[in-house]
Amino acid sequence: MENILNVFAATGRVILNFMAQMGRLAVFAGDAISCCFRPPVYAYLTLQQMQRIGYFSLPVVGLTAFFTGGVMALQIFLGASRYGAEQFVPQVVAIGITRELGPVIAGLMVAGRVASAIAAEIGTMRVTEQIDALTTLSTNPMKYLVAPRLIAAVITMPILVAIADSIGVFGGYVLGTQSLGFNGAIYLKNTIDFLEFDDVSSGLWKAAAFGFIIALLGCYNGFNSKGGAQGVGAATTNAVVSASISILAANYVLTKIFFAD
Amino acid sequence: MAAVPKIEMRGVKKRFGPKVVLDGLDLTLNKGESLVVIGGSGTGKSVMIKCVLGILRPDAGRVLVDGQDVTRMGGRAREKVLRKFGMLFQGSALFDSLPVWENVAFGLIQGHGVKRNKARDIAVEKLAKVGLGPEVANLSPSELSGGMQKRVGLARAIAANPEIIFFDEPTTGLDPIMADVINHLIVNTVRDLGVTTLSITHDMTSARKIANRIAMIYKGKIIWHGPTDQIDKSGNEYVDQFIHGRAEGPIKMEVRG
Repeated sequence: MENILNVFAATGRVILNFMAQMGRLAVFAGDAISCCFRPPVYAYLTLQQMQRIGYFSLPVVGLTAFFTGGVMALQIFLGASRYGAEQFVPQVVAIGITRELGPVIAGLMVAGRVASAIAAEIGTMRVTEQIDALTTLSTNPMKYLVAPRLIAAVITMPILVAIADSIGVFGGYVLGTQSLGFNGAIYLKNTIDFLEFDDVSSGLWKAAAFGFIIALLGCYNGFNSKGGAQGVGAATTNAVVSASISILAANYVLTKIFFAD
Repeated sequence: MAAVPKIEMRGVKKRFGPKVVLDGLDLTLNKGESLVVIGGSGTGKSVMIKCVLGILRPDAGRVLVDGQDVTRMGGRAREKVLRKFGMLFQGSALFDSLPVWENVAFGLIQGHGVKRNKARDIAVEKLAKVGLGPEVANLSPSELSGGMQKRVGLARAIAANPEIIFFDEPTTGLDPIMADVINHLIVNTVRDLGVTTLSITHDMTSARKIANRIAMIYKGKIIWHGPTDQIDKSGNEYVDQFIHGRAEGPIKMEVRG
């Protein structure tokens, strides 16, 4: 009997901890969002973060998008050829990249690159009392550290995904024309004619949401890191894992919202 | 009518989970005073300072700065009160993404709206006050030794001419000579600026040098306070054990926190 009660107690503790964590994250998110709309605005810091989050992520996002586009073209060709529907490769690659894989692959790559960097930087500032020092120097750490990263991520992610979409489609084009025997002009015409505005815009809205998730969870885990190097390491891991899972979960919810009908 | 204390803490309590850190702490810091709070590790010294600065919020009790209750103060009102303070952190807490001069000028630029060019000149002037030349201004904090980082931290603490300065373990981690240099700098700076200071330390040499009044914290309460020259005649066995650094006595070291 006691063992059964222990199981219930342990389960209850896990659930309570999870709910408390969600509550703290919600309060942090609310504070962070309100700081984005209240002065002072740190324009220079925001631009600096846009460079770090967006510009420096371009090579890794571009490369993954290119190979993803190529692999998609190949797999769709192999699958569609069973039904004699090979001609639809450009259209399916385009819709798959712009609606799903562009934003998700870019989101996951940026989560790995940026959420970890944000959590490590802010976590180190936390454990070395630099965040306390900001407070004593009459500077709100949420406005100085979190708001520029949130704004930068929400603005740069859609730009990054727009570029990833183009490179991904180009990856499909290269494979389609070089290996699968497609005519280049026809491949491009099919892609352009088929794509609708909503296909691209839905991906860009998703990208903005993913940018928010990445910056928020990077900052939240960094802010709440404890102890020394081990605490910062744990915060960094948590930031990447929680951001990646949240991106995939948010992608499901947003896809349902955008394409429910 | 008695002058309003610069800082007053009344019955301040703070706990982290089951661990009680401050247990109804009372402390008064008068204008122009140099008070040093001594006490062992984990007795609540840093938490006490953080409660005054609003970095931590007390569970109970009141904190008054210049007679104004700041216990639950936040936002812009808190930022305004914080402009009265300067702080030297235990590990200096310099921003490693900024050069030395920007560290020193940070409070001037962000908190007081001083233009960058003017703030740089003030930073170089403050660095000179702590014995550092202008060639240090453009270095990164990681290029400095521990003693130099403390000096930069001190320059940052005094940059905006605060009314109150907190020193958190100012000599921890320094060799004895550098520790004495920092003590001298603190004494001279406090004398030149005429500020009120609150220091926390467990270094008795430092405490005797920089304090005109000493208080001892133990288990989250002030158990003794008095003028520096009275500490050897305190008649308090806890204080005696601490200042002589004896293992035997009423203070039992907790091996596990």
